[in-house]
Amino acid sequence: MSTSTAEPASKVELPASAGGGGEIPSFDITLRVRRYNPEVSEEAHWDDFTLTMYGTDRVLDALHKVKWEHDGSLSFRRSCAHGICGSDAMRINGRNRLACKTLLKDLDTSKPITVEPIKGLPVEKDLIVDMEPFFQSYREVMPFLIPGGHEPTKERLQTIEDRARFDDTTKCILCAACTSSCPVFWTDGQYFGPAAIVNAHRFIFDSRDDAGDMRLEILNDKEGVWRCRTTFNCSEACPRGIQITQAIAEVKQAILSRNI
Amino acid sequence: MPTKPAGTLYRGREGMWSWVGHRITGVVIFFFLLVHVLDTSLVRVSPEVYTSVIGAYKNPLMAIGETGLVAAILFHAFNGLRVIAIDFWKKGAKYQRQMLWAVLIIWVVVFGAFAIRHLSLALGGH
Repeated sequence: MSTSTAEPASKVELPASAGGGGEIPSFDITLRVRRYNPEVSEEAHWDDFTLTMYGTDRVLDALHKVKWEHDGSLSFRRSCAHGICGSDAMRINGRNRLACKTLLKDLDTSKPITVEPIKGLPVEKDLIVDMEPFFQSYREVMPFLIPGGHEPTKERLQTIEDRARFDDTTKCILCAACTSSCPVFWTDGQYFGPAAIVNAHRFIFDSRDDAGDMRLEILNDKEGVWRCRTTFNCSEACPRGIQITQAIAEVKQAILSRNI
Repeated sequence: MPTKPAGTLYRGREGMWSWVGHRITGVVIFFFLLVHVLDTSLVRVSPEVYTSVIGAYKNPLMAIGETGLVAAILFHAFNGLRVIAIDFWKKGAKYQRQMLWAVLIIWVVVFGAFAIRHLSLALGGH
């Protein structure tokens, strides 16, 4: 066996000019991360990391760089890294965002970029929060199809208009960016929160579903839709662009009119 | 579960800050109503005491306080209409931001007119 085998073509380093796209600009950033480790201290603190990043990098890439090259103890959740699994919702520069969908070049890189865990849920370590209260509310609205009548021999048909009625709320990825941006949820952990209402909306307005009345009854609770104070933080935070406050308003109106 | 330090303030936008304003003005109005109910009910206890209490309100400090109260009530009233529109008008959520600007413009016009008249009467001498 020869030790000087040529690298496979894909691993050969090409000159920068060969890419055709020109060089990606690089810049220095300061990443200011909220750290918390209950095994070391009950107090959370800020850690600053100075990193050289590229114009194509996202906040998640910066977090990876910290974890892989600077401080392996940094803890955060991420799975797909492409904005669909909903794992890496965090507070970036004071607003709830997905780290994997936030480009560094879109932020003000002249100041430190702050990264904190989402609010209103108990922090477990660094950027990881306990999502259980969030999923508990989600389960309570029965987020699954409850059909009525006889089971059809083929699929359950639906008109294009009926499908479009709840299209917006099908986009939810359960990242909790909305629920943890809600000032009502921060102070009242019993509130169902925007995400649970969005997922109830998805079935309440589905013509194939027959349990809308039951879900409206659940959301007519003191801690249901009436806790919404229309701050629009949820609509602004949603990485999927769901018009959440609009959806909550529609559920409110459906409860009052009992007309789905 | 120990409480964790809150970190930075959440950077909400127009919707969140209008809600904060609505809350603050709501609390201000509540305390005014509390005092107002108490002082007005004095008239049933003793008309003389009532007259002297109401008379004590006639000073520049109270005039400025009244101006602040009207500012709070006007914002709470106009923004309250906006909140109702968000919940019950189909396009309310879509135009919430524009409605907030409308609220603020109407607030400036109405409050400005009131402030000029009230303060010139209360502070300008008779």
